[in-house]
Amino acid sequence: MTSNSLVYLIALPLFGSAVLLLAGRRSDRWGHILATLLSGSAFLVGLYEFIQMLGRTNDQRAVTQKLFSWISVGSFKVDASLMLDQLSICFVLLITGVGTLIHIYSIAYMSHDLDRRRFFAYLNLFIAAMLLLVLGDSYLNLYVGWEGVGLASYLLIGFWNQKPTYATAAKKAFIANRVGDLGLSLAIMIAFATMGTVSFSGIKEHAGQASTGALTAIGIMLLVAATGKSAQFPLQAWLGDAMAGPTPVSALIHAATMVTAGVYLITRSNFIFDAAPTAQLMVAIIGAITLLFGAIIGTAKDDIKKALAASTMSQIGYMVLGAGLGPAGYAFAIMHLLTHGFFKAGMFLGAGSVMHGMDDEVNMRRYGGLRKFMPITFATFGLGYLAIIGVPPFAGFYSKDKIIEVAFNAGGIKGITLGGAALLGAAITAFYMTRVVILTFAGSKRWDDKAHPHESPVLMWLPMVLLAIGSVVSGFIFTQGNSLKNWLAPVVATSPAHEGELLKPAVVSILALVLVLLGVGLAVLKYLRNPVPTEAPTDVSIFTKIARRDLLQDDFNEAVFMRPGQKLTEVLVATDDVVIDGAVRGVARLTQGTGRTLGMTQTGFVRSYAMWIVLGAIGLLAAIWVVTL
Amino acid sequence: MNAANYLYVSALLFSIGAIGVVVRRNAIVVFMCIELMLNASNLAFVTFARINGNLDGQVVAFFTMVVAACEVVVGLAIIVTIYRSRRSASVDDASLLKR
Repeated sequence: MTSNSLVYLIALPLFGSAVLLLAGRRSDRWGHILATLLSGSAFLVGLYEFIQMLGRTNDQRAVTQKLFSWISVGSFKVDASLMLDQLSICFVLLITGVGTLIHIYSIAYMSHDLDRRRFFAYLNLFIAAMLLLVLGDSYLNLYVGWEGVGLASYLLIGFWNQKPTYATAAKKAFIANRVGDLGLSLAIMIAFATMGTVSFSGIKEHAGQASTGALTAIGIMLLVAATGKSAQFPLQAWLGDAMAGPTPVSALIHAATMVTAGVYLITRSNFIFDAAPTAQLMVAIIGAITLLFGAIIGTAKDDIKKALAASTMSQIGYMVLGAGLGPAGYAFAIMHLLTHGFFKAGMFLGAGSVMHGMDDEVNMRRYGGLRKFMPITFATFGLGYLAIIGVPPFAGFYSKDKIIEVAFNAGGIKGITLGGAALLGAAITAFYMTRVVILTFAGSKRWDDKAHPHESPVLMWLPMVLLAIGSVVSGFIFTQGNSLKNWLAPVVATSPAHEGELLKPAVVSILALVLVLLGVGLAVLKYLRNPVPTEAPTDVSIFTKIARRDLLQDDFNEAVFMRPGQKLTEVLVATDDVVIDGAVRGVARLTQGTGRTLGMTQTGFVRSYAMWIVLGAIGLLAAIWVVTL
Repeated sequence: MNAANYLYVSALLFSIGAIGVVVRRNAIVVFMCIELMLNASNLAFVTFARINGNLDGQVVAFFTMVVAACEVVVGLAIIVTIYRSRRSASVDDASLLKR
């Protein structure tokens, strides 16, 4: 099936971004409205495609559109083509839907910013790049979008780049992403070298003929790419600092969409990972490590956005774990991705709303008792909170429980370890999210009298309400009759996976709920029963200190990569100075010296030249005489 | 008469010319010494023509005379010009072309 309207999905927001950037200050007055309308129309195109898709049978749903022949060198042919299938449409609707809501929210949130137009231009650029990422029909097309979202993320994190720390945060995100991008480009090269094609369909076809070694290498490189973009261990350090960007950016890019691109990549490459069990196991392990890693950091953060960022890292850990569990987990990874897109974006917007009312204060120790002043923010944030900790029947309960269940079903040591980690993560999630809610909305007021907390305008709370509705109902809808799993079945192999169950689903759910209650209870005891100091206490255990320092991730990177890197640079500079420049300067000096020495013979006296000629002739004759003798 | 004696004379004349070029300062004398060297080589050419019994050497001798005539024209012109500008015919005074 082909379709002619796919290109509009990308073209509309791209056009908006171009207009806003080229028109400059002239578009200050209407730029944000144009950007929001274009993002909204992209959503309508997506919705149209979705309805068209619903009308076809399950194996006829994928549509393609060839834009132009991009590269044609010998046997290497790549078309710039778009492909919309059951997996991409989930992302298209998430990106354009949540994206449009966040555009609407930003109109109010950024209304006092002089550069609001530039902000909307970047937002539209991001939407276009992200859509290209999920619509590309080959790894090379995906790569263009992959780099595009990296660029948009960089521009938006450093949006307030007049603050040097923010500009540094943007650079940090960009560099960490480059490491991952290297993995993706290597994966593409290996794929082309072994299978001679880079398109999804081509690789899916040829995956059977490639050696397991090559597939494992591709899988591991794709995993490296995913760890960079999705802030997974060991490339996770940038996400916390990325909170330097405006809050709507954190909600859209660093919670709902871009950071989930790694999960998309792994799910899209299911045919590679299913044929390379080692790589698949590594994916699951990385996911399990990250979900604990992020959760632990989340317990120690006082900055509301950084706590939510740690939580995002942890939740994406769940998705990666799900994607690493193979056919049994792909659908649930995507389901968690979608539900997370709702509740985490909603909570980030809630955090932005709180900051809006509190003069951009981000320290939760200086909040307290805000539920009376911001009832709508509290209600929407609370629904997102119930969703993320996995209280039935909210969205997170369905998606997270399924991942834990599938992890246990992996069987053996693997199942117990991964499942145990996921369960433990659920308990810690409950603890730190309860902490966030209590510190912000409950307890007594701890803010200065200068602050006048107030509810945000309708343009801000409306998107929050819509996202909150999503976080309530989405999980239920996706699991109703396994709807999402069946929907995705033609794209990702699904398995019944109910053979050899270690734990019954009900047991997993009850276990998870008990642990969640424990986490909530602990947080209530610690933060609601006792007064919260406005300054973070310093006489804390070494573990708390380490957790506050992001589990030493920056210290590790600094000691292992940055310092040796600087030393290496110094050595290279010295080598350049001594060896390269030395050689060049040496040649120059030699020529100069030779010239000066030989120049001494140029006395200007004709008779001395004649003398040299005579001596030369005599020397020549003597040489001939010696030779013929 | 032994042809080698001509060659000895030729070598003697050539050496006198060469020493003259090196040791004398007056440009005219240096010039005459160069002519002496050319004529010494002419004598050698003619002698070799006699020894070998063909005309090759003699032909070359004519060429040498022509070249010498041209050289005289150019050389004398240079010497006269230098003399006009510096009021001196010493070759050591014309030593500007140096490092």
